[in-house]
Amino acid sequence: MSEAARNEWPLWEVFVRSKAGLDHKHCGSLHAADAAMAIQLAREVYTRRQEGSSVWVVRSDQIVASDPADKDMYFDPMEDKVYRHPTFYQLPAEVDHM
Amino acid sequence: MYTQAMDVGPKDEAKAVQTLQEQELQRRFDERIDAGDFIEAKDWMPDHYRKTLVRQISQHAHSEIVGMLPEGNWISRAPTLKRKAILLAKVQDEGGHGLYLYAAAETLGVSRDQLLDALHTGRAKYSSIFNYPTLTWADVGVIGWLVDGAAIMNQVPICRCSYAPYARAMVRICKEESFHQRQGYEALLTMMKHGTEAQRAMVQDAVNRWWWPSLMMFGPPDSESVHSAQSMRWGIKRVSNDELRQKFVDATVPQAELLGVTLPDPELKWNEACGHYDFGAIDWSEFWRVVNGHGPCNKERLAARVKAWDDGAWVREAALAHARKQQAKTMKEAA
Repeated sequence: MSEAARNEWPLWEVFVRSKAGLDHKHCGSLHAADAAMAIQLAREVYTRRQEGSSVWVVRSDQIVASDPADKDMYFDPMEDKVYRHPTFYQLPAEVDHM
Repeated sequence: MYTQAMDVGPKDEAKAVQTLQEQELQRRFDERIDAGDFIEAKDWMPDHYRKTLVRQISQHAHSEIVGMLPEGNWISRAPTLKRKAILLAKVQDEGGHGLYLYAAAETLGVSRDQLLDALHTGRAKYSSIFNYPTLTWADVGVIGWLVDGAAIMNQVPICRCSYAPYARAMVRICKEESFHQRQGYEALLTMMKHGTEAQRAMVQDAVNRWWWPSLMMFGPPDSESVHSAQSMRWGIKRVSNDELRQKFVDATVPQAELLGVTLPDPELKWNEACGHYDFGAIDWSEFWRVVNGHGPCNKERLAARVKAWDDGAWVREAALAHARKQQAKTMKEAA
């Protein structure tokens, strides 16, 4: 890690719950020295118009993600499994709302 | 707010020689662009695409941040408490917009400090409109109406940019931007309809000074725009400079009439045949003079940014030192 990178405040990912009952949604990132500051800045940067009722922050370097190069290998096998969807099954009209 | 030819800068060429594997990746990338797919941060992309985006997004971010200065100048002198609260909220938004955009640029593998260093050492540009001074309170209204109006015209198409993190930042920005233009126009309406003769003259004077620089915000004419063709091909840019400029003029003329001000262009008139307003020639020598550092406030704006960065160094260092100390303490207690 270079000298400059070590002097930069770490990067955090911000997740906001727009209102009770909904899930937290990723909305962006920001730099902050620690967790308390990240939460405070998240409020200033991402909820200036009451966009949220709850905020999560997590260090960006703590997120583990799937590799975009593996996208086909990972997700395409589900393409031919149409029987996992309710619309795959043709039922008599009498029970069609099942 | 921002805009103008964020793609103003040296023309860099795509690397000519590619390996077979690179050619295949390039082919798949082009296919995705043609299909209107979004490109995400971790996806493969040509170096030239990455470089173009870093330049455009970071210069866009710098513009938001430098854009806080001309208006910030009036926060302590706003005529009423209401106008002061509005202006504070608007300038805070500009700071937020800068942050969304820096974060988008950072997804491309550059650090925030590198981006700021490019601004502070003069290697990166920002929208030249912010190198003009805000002489009176009417300037604040005119910036909202014309400068933010031009910015909205420019920014709405970027919401469909092929680079997804940039597009997402733009969606958020555009949602907030409309308040900026409306508050400016309303402030001017108040001065024109309920103000004194001197206040109306003040509005007209501000319009006279900001009209041409606002038109320049859309960047050089299409025939001279060095990055346009490539950016269009990549879906970074969706609408041409001249097309956006025309759209802005067409939207603004009726607003000026309603306001009761004259736009300072004797050649401005409705062209029935093509369904647009014709307007006079833009002085591009002024545009290039300001872009290249010789506008009325270039030195002052950059000096203000560098001073803020330098003066804040101890705060950044202290916060980091505190965080490390707390962390060490927690680890010691846990052990």
